[in-house]
Amino acid sequence: MSALFEYIIRLGDDSLILGHRMSEWCGHGPILEEDIAMTNIALDLVGQATSLLNYAGQVEGNGRDGDKLAFLRYDREYKNTLLVEQPNGDFGTTIMRQFLFDAYRKPLFEKLQNSSDKQLSAIAEKSLKETKYHLKHSSEWVIRLGDGTEESHQRIQEALNTLWRYSSELFYTDEVDATLLSQGIITDIAEIRAEWEVTVKNVFEEATLQIPSNNWKQEGGRKGMHSENMGYILAELQYMQRAYPNMEW
Amino acid sequence: MVTEKEIWAYLEEVSDPEIPVLTVVDLGVVRAVEITETSCHVTITPTYSGCPAMKMIEEQIIEKLNEKGIENVTVSLVLSPAWTTDWLTESGKNKLREYGIAPPEHEVDKSVLFSEPTVVPCPQCKSRNTKMISQFGSTACKAHYQCNECLEPFDYFKCLK
Repeated sequence: MSALFEYIIRLGDDSLILGHRMSEWCGHGPILEEDIAMTNIALDLVGQATSLLNYAGQVEGNGRDGDKLAFLRYDREYKNTLLVEQPNGDFGTTIMRQFLFDAYRKPLFEKLQNSSDKQLSAIAEKSLKETKYHLKHSSEWVIRLGDGTEESHQRIQEALNTLWRYSSELFYTDEVDATLLSQGIITDIAEIRAEWEVTVKNVFEEATLQIPSNNWKQEGGRKGMHSENMGYILAELQYMQRAYPNMEW
Repeated sequence: MVTEKEIWAYLEEVSDPEIPVLTVVDLGVVRAVEITETSCHVTITPTYSGCPAMKMIEEQIIEKLNEKGIENVTVSLVLSPAWTTDWLTESGKNKLREYGIAPPEHEVDKSVLFSEPTVVPCPQCKSRNTKMISQFGSTACKAHYQCNECLEPFDYFKCLK
């Protein structure tokens, strides 16, 4: 398996699984505008997943397209971070998960725009514009909830306490990254992490939120080791293709 | 033989499925037209990655050109350079306004956090006293605004750069 295929799968699966999570809000948003906003974000993420997974299939060269990769793999073959598979919880939890992710995705796509891989660079250029909107949306809500009422503050602080342990996996690297770095396809993740840390610090300050002092970290998704949530997600995501193989509509 | 110019004119007859007042040319999603003796190839780009209208636009382009007697029409999708609202034509912006959708205004870069929402004049009464209800509207490319003067809610075709 090529390093490039593995890398694109990681990015594509983050988009796919978070897009699926956001789509679960469709019809359940706390207010109509947020219902629409979250569904729009889901649509962007699923669109990005389509571009990424189609490209991964092309790189692999075994005749699998984006649909086959999205719907017909087993849980260990999905390489998304644990963060994006976490349950939606309340609105604050969803917003916090989205914010931690958006703050990483924006600098990531900024760097990938200059990738020596033309298709990856094109996907990054396209996705960056959408991601800027997502980050603006999620960061504004983190501030509004954190610096809001006593209850909203307490709830979003709890969300941060729960999700913080999954944030470091966004910067996970292994031999896949080392290979692509040496080929000039990606840049050093340290620069992306530095920008993420500044964004997160500034927004939490404005939101009067405390970064948890407990630094225990949970990783595994990038190697296909998922939490129990993943099975439930895939059961719903893959239902149609598993029950009615090759169906189209 | 049909000319490239004629193909562009035919494409002016293909409307956007979500905002039918705009043609695909007004919207700036048609990037290139190439013709040979026996075929015609049209390149399009999506407004947003997940835009569900792209498949329909592709089918409508093929249908329209077939209808005009052009055979062997193919359509391909490119992502780069990424679509920007700067590609909306002036006539497209005017059509939007008349249709009741505020066209994109010049905005600061979205990466600047904590910035004030852009002032968007009401497409009905032209007042600049409007407020943003939500950054996300009825489709991925629109935001939701309301006029404080005439109280009319309206869509804003948001700026994407």
